[in-house]
Amino acid sequence: MATELGPTPVKAPASGGTPVHHAPKGVGEDNRIASQGRWAAWLLAPTIVALAVVIVYPIISAIVMSFQKDAGLDPATGLFTAGGPAGIQNYVNWLAQQCSAPSGGTVACPPGTLGGQFWSATATTFFFTVVTVAFETVLGFWMAMIMARTFRGRSLVRAAVLVPWAIPTAVTAKLWFFIFAFEGIANKLFNTTILWTGSEWPAKWAVVIADVWKTTPFMALLILAGLQMIPAEVYEAAKVDGTTAWQRFRLITLPLVKPALMVAILFRTLDALRMFDLPYILTGGANNTTTLSILVINQIRQGFNSAAALSTITFIIIFLVAFIFVRFLGANVVEQSGASGKGKK
Amino acid sequence: MKTPRFLLPAATAGILALTLSACGGGGGGGTTGGGGSDADQNLDARGPITFVQGKDNNNVIRPLIDKWNAAHKDEQVTFKEQTDQADQQHDDLVQHFQAKQSDYDVTDVDVVWTAEFAAKGWLQPLKDKMAVDTGAMLPATVNSATYKGTLYAAPRTSDGGILFYRKDLVPNAPKTWDEMMGMCSVAKANNIGCYAGQFSKYEGLTVNASEAINSAGGSVLDKDGKPSLNTPEAKAGLGNLATAYSNGNIPKEAITYKEEDSRQAFQSGKLLFLRNWPYVYSLMSTEGSSAVKDKFGMAALPGKDGPGASSLGGHNTAISVYSKHKATALDFVKFLTSAESEKFYATQGSLAPVLGSLYTDQDLVAKLPYLPVLKTSIEKAVPRPVTPFYPAVTKAIQDNAYSAIKGEKSVETALSDMQKSIESAGAGS
Repeated sequence: MATELGPTPVKAPASGGTPVHHAPKGVGEDNRIASQGRWAAWLLAPTIVALAVVIVYPIISAIVMSFQKDAGLDPATGLFTAGGPAGIQNYVNWLAQQCSAPSGGTVACPPGTLGGQFWSATATTFFFTVVTVAFETVLGFWMAMIMARTFRGRSLVRAAVLVPWAIPTAVTAKLWFFIFAFEGIANKLFNTTILWTGSEWPAKWAVVIADVWKTTPFMALLILAGLQMIPAEVYEAAKVDGTTAWQRFRLITLPLVKPALMVAILFRTLDALRMFDLPYILTGGANNTTTLSILVINQIRQGFNSAAALSTITFIIIFLVAFIFVRFLGANVVEQSGASGKGKK
Repeated sequence: MKTPRFLLPAATAGILALTLSACGGGGGGGTTGGGGSDADQNLDARGPITFVQGKDNNNVIRPLIDKWNAAHKDEQVTFKEQTDQADQQHDDLVQHFQAKQSDYDVTDVDVVWTAEFAAKGWLQPLKDKMAVDTGAMLPATVNSATYKGTLYAAPRTSDGGILFYRKDLVPNAPKTWDEMMGMCSVAKANNIGCYAGQFSKYEGLTVNASEAINSAGGSVLDKDGKPSLNTPEAKAGLGNLATAYSNGNIPKEAITYKEEDSRQAFQSGKLLFLRNWPYVYSLMSTEGSSAVKDKFGMAALPGKDGPGASSLGGHNTAISVYSKHKATALDFVKFLTSAESEKFYATQGSLAPVLGSLYTDQDLVAKLPYLPVLKTSIEKAVPRPVTPFYPAVTKAIQDNAYSAIKGEKSVETALSDMQKSIESAGAGS
């Protein structure tokens, strides 16, 4: 093919990650690099198209929509008309919990509107995130320690531990919905008459229990991977030096497994922040179990544009949390640097 | 020409992306009102059409479509079956209508979506040339398909709430709410719960709360579609539920009940009275585990001084304004709502007909003994609020009725919050 070539250096499309070798220049060499680059561009094109279509376009479209008013009703015809530009009004409405007033302008959202639930949904989301991730980390660590040992039937235990993770969340939610029903197993087993899905704290704990049950295996698996990276000699040497089991755990296991642990916690945190299906099916968002994602979905049915604003806010919140994790807590996901895997402080 | 060749793929990619985005572009941007011009087009056109509805559970619609297709060689109907989830059906319709696609000619529309779709300008007004005769249909079903005085869909199937009672414990069904509460001593004596409906926070609570308010003589929305909840009648209605819950006439666990939980409670003999849809009749009278097989009776819901006002369920059939063959579509709608088809829904799918005459049809009553009771129920029924802002209205009712029943806030506060929330929804943004 091409014989005429621009002198332009190959611009590997962003995020490409294809290794382009910068060999010493020679005419033939130059040709080879250029044709390689062209080839790389062709290979990358489908991915870029796919990313543009499924990620870039929806995000930009959502942001554009979030600055539009929702369709309003024309009182004369009874038909909806497009709302027009809204500036940052949608964002202000969510953050200040303002709803439109019948007389024009805005008022504080009365109970029974989605707008009045923003901050409580945010608090609920963070509550679920902190509590479930804390439980899952401790339990997951424990499970990983057990799975890391060599004993008869280890593969069976490993497979058994993974079962909850393999079940789709919607199915899990329905399962726990039956367990927590008034006539369900939970109440029968403990001989209680708790209305699990009928009041605030039982409902919240029901969600936490179901989520911990479902996601601890994921945590355990990631931590197990980290544990297996630790060479056995380190422990042997420590034993020779006369350390106690607790000292070995605190001074060897914890620091060495930390990179894997931080990645696992980061993944779970981001996952928990967008929790949707579990509470949606288990409680329907009643009794203060409405998370931000549930709020977004409910708002979509009432008006696309404020829903777009809300999902953008949610996006920013999750992004900030991820940023804090990577920047300050040393979760090292992106860099593939040193084997020690120390995060940058 | 020295065009760097490697720009080509990038350009191709860009163009492709743009094309694809353009396809999705109509998605959310602006909902255009009107549709006036679309509604005037293709009124006389005939040709193949598509009928869209949710999962055809009892194999009801397929035989009917086969029958139609056999008689109309040039106007074949294709059946597009959606999922069995109402929310997904709703969102699927919205996507197709929003994109002004002509491939959904005739669609099945839940009674509570009709106003929303009509206000968006997606449904063909059924008037003048497109008129459908609703004279023989039960008025409540016609109201559910009417928005701002215009019929936008043909009622096809209906549904209403029924009071199931233990006839072995109370020989005569209560006519009024107070009478029913008076009979709760019987439940206490037998150590069972007295009354339950569906009080979990979901669509069923809107149904039950509206029934309570309507039965006490109040209404959620007035004739102009404005909320009218700050009334003594509404207060009495919602107050009935709140009082019964606090004094134990409604058992505590009923706050978690949906249709099936409440049926199982009644079926296992734990309730004296149950408000539910007619579908539970066959389950309770045939299921092996049923403890109440021959022990229950059916009556209209109790009201203030007589039968109460049920909420209306059911489905309407609408024609898309974007349909290219509206004459065929109209004929098909008439076919689907004919007496013969209506009877088929009842016998094949246990779906309540919208034609009043069928409720006294001997064959049907023999098969579905609840029909006479259901007729009273539907005759007295009030559609759930007919409003284009239904999702916001049902949310306002659910949240506040839930708090009021649980006693977290007073009935007055709950109703006034409900009122304000609905006003705010109607105000647009």
